[in-house]
Amino acid sequence: MKIPYFPGCTMKTTAKNFEMSAIASAKKIGIEFVEIPRWNCCGVVSSLTSDDLMKHLAPVRNFLRVQEMNKAEAVSENRLLTLCSMCYNTLSLTNNRMKENADELQKINDFMHREDENYAGSVDVVHFLSILDEWGFDKLKIENPLKNLKVASYYGCMLLRPKEVGIDDPEAPQIMEKLVTAMGAESVEWDAKSRCCGSYHTVKNIDLVKKLVSGIINDARENGAEAIITSCPLCAFNLDVRQKEMAVKNSDFQTMPIFYFTQLLGIALGLEKSDLGLEFNAINPNEILKKYEKIKGAK
Amino acid sequence: MEKKMVTVYLSGELFKVPEGSTIIMALEYAGFQLKRGVGCREGYCGACATVYREKGDYKLKGGLGCQTVVTEGMAITQIPFVPAEKPLYELETLTPDVGTFTNLFPSVFRCVACNTCTKACPQDIQVMDYIQSIIRGDLESAANISFDCIRCGLCAMRCPAEIVQYDNGILARRLYGKYLAKKSPELDNRVEEVKNGKYDADIEKLNKMDRDELSKVYYDREIKIT
Ligand code: SF4
Ligand code: SF4
Repeated sequence: MKIPYFPGCTMKTTAKNFEMSAIASAKKIGIEFVEIPRWNCCGVVSSLTSDDLMKHLAPVRNFLRVQEMNKAEAVSENRLLTLCSMCYNTLSLTNNRMKENADELQKINDFMHREDENYAGSVDVVHFLSILDEWGFDKLKIENPLKNLKVASYYGCMLLRPKEVGIDDPEAPQIMEKLVTAMGAESVEWDAKSRCCGSYHTVKNIDLVKKLVSGIINDARENGAEAIITSCPLCAFNLDVRQKEMAVKNSDFQTMPIFYFTQLLGIALGLEKSDLGLEFNAINPNEILKKYEKIKGAK
Repeated sequence: MEKKMVTVYLSGELFKVPEGSTIIMALEYAGFQLKRGVGCREGYCGACATVYREKGDYKLKGGLGCQTVVTEGMAITQIPFVPAEKPLYELETLTPDVGTFTNLFPSVFRCVACNTCTKACPQDIQVMDYIQSIIRGDLESAANISFDCIRCGLCAMRCPAEIVQYDNGILARRLYGKYLAKKSPELDNRVEEVKNGKYDADIEKLNKMDRDELSKVYYDREIKIT
């Protein structure tokens, strides 16, 4: 499978470990991510105002790139794959709106300066987790099962809500849990899995974010988790970096490693350590990974 | 032979100017003495940003006054200066990453990818692409794409997000040049040679030339790229 891939800005800055582990895992499975050329920022937050169409130009311009790639037969998929939950949410919401509203699409196409063609509304947006699900979690060739590792799957908001674009049941999601089980690890059930991490409050209201993050981590721990996985660079930043700041301030603070789901997947698939970018994780994950000595390239 | 004339509107006033004139030539023919809004007259300096509308066309266009030829019925206004917010910085204290832009030019993240800037650019630069490169921290691409920018300001005049593209571009090029680009020993050698006076005699010679001689050696010069 050769699928158009939209990285989004964080994959190139704060979430390099997400991107590298995802691309390497996909390759091992037999899925090739083809980064779309000249992509632009997804728009970050979907505009909820009904008349501010300008904010939807950015997502649609990326769909044009996918349309072109298909025309040039550079890919085998008319779907646009994303890793970042926030990009997934923004792109999906706009795409649905364009598919449902021909007038708005026409207006956007009219303002899409310097493009050769109109967006026809034919691209679909898909998250990597859904692609793995479709591929079949049971078909993954697990070389290094993560035996006994207790993992809490953290969805946050953007993968699930609003439900029209949610990749799973917004109230009781199971897609990440299925992946955890497939990797040979133990999936932990917990309450906080779709609680908000504080999101952009992290810029101005750090104390609020720390409070929310403590709540999430405590809930994971109380339910027996040793690690949390996520698919959102902003959630990861809040859970990982803000957690580390709390740990630095308070020596009693018991830390919990935060992983992108693709990093654990990479370990389970038997990838080299250098493919996983673990050194970019704020809370040192090496202690709990010691048990899985088989990580290739691990010292 | 009598020169054919065309009608143009300069800041709303009707003038007849010779066909084939550039906007700058038309302004001077009409009697304006240009102190701002004109520079090298060769399309390099970016001082003569002008907006115009052509007869029968609804589009407000932009261009360099010295490079744009007037057409019958054209309405023209010069934009000699674009007021831009310009933060001061010490390059030595900055890091070549996206965080520097978050601090100095937070407005860059407002880009909605409308590509209006690219449409406005007289240098045919993919302006949106360099802004987007900055947003994702790819300063090498930003520096390369924005390389031909002459700071005319037309992109910023049209941007719905109020971004000052050229100031972002020049910061990207400065950061790239100082911190990221491969160091060139040739440049250091040349600076040393200049310091040691190797070219003093040549400069002296150039200084003594009159305009025609200077122009001849300029256009006859050979540029060796190795
Ligand atoms: S990028 Fe902007 S300032 Fe630079 S040449 Fe193009 S329009 Fe002018
Ligand atoms: S005009 Fe402004 S908002 Fe539009 S693409 Fe250019 S920089 Fe972005």
